[in-house]
Amino acid sequence: MKVNGFAHPAPSDPRRLLSDHLRHDLGLTGTHVGCEHGVCGCCTVLLDGAPVRSCLMLAVQAEGHDVTTIEGLAPGGSQLHPVQQAFHECHGLQCGFCTPGFVMSVVGLLAQHPHPTEEQVDEGIAGNLCRCTGYASIRRAVTRAAVLLAPLTPDPSPLGGEGANPADRSSSGGEGAGTSP
Amino acid sequence: MTTRWFGARVQRAEDDRLLRGRGRFTDDIDEGALESVLVRSPYAHARINSIDVSAARAMSGVVAVYTAQDLPFGGTDLPILIPHPNLTHGRTQRCLASEVVRYAGEAVVFVVAESRAIAEDAAELVEVDYEPLPVVITPETAARAEHLVHDDVPGNVAAEMVQEKGNVAAALESAPRRKHFHFRYERGAASPMEARAVWARWSDGERKLTVYDSTQSPTSIRGGLAVLFGLPESQVDVIAPDVGGGFGPKIMLFYPDELLVPYAAMQLGRPVKWTEDRQEHFTAVNQERGQVHEVDVGYDDGGRVLAFDDDFIHDGGAYTPYGIILPIITAGQLPGPYRVPNYRVRFRDMYTNATPTSPYRGAGRPHACFVMERTLDAIAADVGIDRAEVRRRNLIQPDEFPYDVGVGWQDGNTVVYDSGNYPKLLETALEKLGPKPAGENVGMGLGMYVEGTGVGPYEGAHVQVLVSGKVVAATGIPSQGQAHATVWAQVVADELGVDVRDVEITSGDTRRFPWGVGTFASRGAVTAGNAMHVAARMVAEKAKKIAADAVLSNPVRYAFGGGTEAATQFTPKARPGPPLADGEEPGLEATGYFSPAGSAWASGCHAAWLRVDPKTYRLEILKYVVVHDCGKVINPMVVEGQIEGGVAQGIGGAFYERLAYDSDGQLRNASFMEFLMPYATEIPKIDIEHIETPSPLNPLGVKGVGEAGVIPVGAVIGSGIEDALGIPITEMPLSPLRLYELSTSASTSTSTR
Ligand code: FES
Ligand code: FES
Repeated sequence: MKVNGFAHPAPSDPRRLLSDHLRHDLGLTGTHVGCEHGVCGCCTVLLDGAPVRSCLMLAVQAEGHDVTTIEGLAPGGSQLHPVQQAFHECHGLQCGFCTPGFVMSVVGLLAQHPHPTEEQVDEGIAGNLCRCTGYASIRRAVTRAAVLLAPLTPDPSPLGGEGANPADRSSSGGEGAGTSP
Repeated sequence: MTTRWFGARVQRAEDDRLLRGRGRFTDDIDEGALESVLVRSPYAHARINSIDVSAARAMSGVVAVYTAQDLPFGGTDLPILIPHPNLTHGRTQRCLASEVVRYAGEAVVFVVAESRAIAEDAAELVEVDYEPLPVVITPETAARAEHLVHDDVPGNVAAEMVQEKGNVAAALESAPRRKHFHFRYERGAASPMEARAVWARWSDGERKLTVYDSTQSPTSIRGGLAVLFGLPESQVDVIAPDVGGGFGPKIMLFYPDELLVPYAAMQLGRPVKWTEDRQEHFTAVNQERGQVHEVDVGYDDGGRVLAFDDDFIHDGGAYTPYGIILPIITAGQLPGPYRVPNYRVRFRDMYTNATPTSPYRGAGRPHACFVMERTLDAIAADVGIDRAEVRRRNLIQPDEFPYDVGVGWQDGNTVVYDSGNYPKLLETALEKLGPKPAGENVGMGLGMYVEGTGVGPYEGAHVQVLVSGKVVAATGIPSQGQAHATVWAQVVADELGVDVRDVEITSGDTRRFPWGVGTFASRGAVTAGNAMHVAARMVAEKAKKIAADAVLSNPVRYAFGGGTEAATQFTPKARPGPPLADGEEPGLEATGYFSPAGSAWASGCHAAWLRVDPKTYRLEILKYVVVHDCGKVINPMVVEGQIEGGVAQGIGGAFYERLAYDSDGQLRNASFMEFLMPYATEIPKIDIEHIETPSPLNPLGVKGVGEAGVIPVGAVIGSGIEDALGIPITEMPLSPLRLYELSTSASTSTSTR
């Protein structure tokens, strides 16, 4: 199988889950395990570009496929992928444990729906649990990521603006993407 | 000072690492560690006749198997974190049970092997002969005391406490109107996305024990381990690395694994790790919120409360490792933002055969808030005023601070509200909520709360300007996602006049800062935030003095700024005596502490429009408004994140999540398949407004906000559903099924209407 563009042999143990293989054999610990029964989405990776739960797959099932993990989105410390950037700008993460799974789901979602409606956003992230954010900031991040991914389209989103300046302590309920002053 | 970072929406310093998958959570650490598994009791109450680990020990790949008798501390009861004189019958478990187990999930045997798979297989070979005993599973059955959880605790009562302000009996007697209510709130679970994990290594060469632990209090764990293992603290380091959410239950002294993993690492001379699985987390990790309240309230014809008498039982679980802080908080916070001239509260902390309880975000308050707010709604209905008006008439006014509630607080003082503007919270929330949306079965939910935040005793911080001009700072308390590395950098950067990006914060690593208490009780910003401020100011003063010595005649005229050059250009001026005068220390660094005189009292009002489908009883939250006051806001983006997350957790706890224990004490839904934590599809947009009444009790004027979002949500959902369906709501959690049952059953005597 290929993982983030590099070929790797399959694990010797045929019972090895893909999630455990990535984390413990390949050291790609960005893929997290929150439940190991397919509900939380923390372990989401891309298999040939589509999001899958790596805790519900055996590693050997990934033979012959392309696996992309969170580490593969912006390799080697290069500029953050637009989805990662959007999560940063919109405070889409707190503890960060669910985050790799969300980011991978959103990459998949936006590949399918580059301009998602509100319902498509909710549906697209409704396979991932987050216990910290209450999802509001993640929704904003998805909308923002759609904007960042379409640089040629004029920015139609209220989230694309400059954000608040340092002196602005107005209490708008966090509509704007945060910004470094 | 030119830039003020305090108050700005500074983006988070911790994000880049976490977004790239380079976070370091405890289970990410490997380094050739042996892996381990705990064998846990399947019974909620049973006598252990025998334990046979011979087959497990004989299995290839198994390195060690421990029972209580294999541990030097196996016969020692684990400590009570916060003892209290009223906790007359405190009981804690032992690291591994050997005689009696008192909840399903209690640890019995510890297996260490070359891999997790081998450890799990070996755990299956452990034979424990249990003799089941009668199970006491609800606080009500515990109070009936037909069976005992602990043979030597009569009535299953761990603690009892009565407090009274005024004369409640007389005031109830003379009140024009009077009502009785029965309220019931069930247990809930914090369920952080990262379950717990511990990794430990003993280095013979350095004579050092290094422990990575997903704890909310590494400093306490370090102290405890040092005592237990007979090591000086200097030989024990405890690090809480990235922690995937905490919400309370990740603080304990100790969970069994927090002793067993380091002990095994020392014994075996190899790193050992343990990572909890999700099912295990459901029963092995503390829970909270089970309480049953009997309320008598007296009021006048205008709906003003004259007397409030509450007698409640608290579901403590099988042991009291955390003391009785939860019912104490409930008792202290029941009156909320309202004047209650005569108030009596009695509680009994009951043992049950369920997982022990300790604070879960909100910690005693969501239930207190539910009781008070539901009572007020009922009073409004009785005297014929609307629900906002009944609150208006009872609220403490802005000119009444400091306001002494007259009952005891968790820090040993009495409850004294330091500042606030409660009427403004209410009016702003109503204004933001707007008119009732069209449609059938729409109801308004309303709830107000106060929260004593930032309890002591203290936190500290070390701030240092490096020779590069960059600044590093450290504090003892760890982060579980609260953006400590960002908000404290804002505080420090302001004092030193540097760019916030030039300040690097370390938290929760005893190698960098060995003193402290922990991240809980919405105390980080108040205690550690102010400690950062104090330490940074000390550094600034020192720098000014050095600068004055070196280049300037008048330190007052010196202003910070210019970042990287500031630190490197000082040449001490010639002066008599040694270059380092008496009492002076080298380096631009300082350690400062902050110890609050009392709690900083945050407050807020939540209001919602919601609709309940009359056929399916599906809940739809049409609008949800939060107006809150956490004093001065350091970073609105971070505060909004805390609120949004808290409200979502509250909605989950109010309508989706329920811990389904059966009468045998088995948790029947210990998975995310059946314990329904909400996804994005269940959580509405939250409309937030900040109101700032600075706390006079700390230099930054801040109050805590970590728990606030969750506190009134149960009350708001209950209130809204009652309004929408016209059925009395006196219990939490609800669900479509429960609403169906309540709607179809005959009205009961517990009506709040
Ligand atoms: S770990 Fe795979 S879905 Fe939860
Ligand atoms: S950010 Fe903590 S679980 Fe999502």
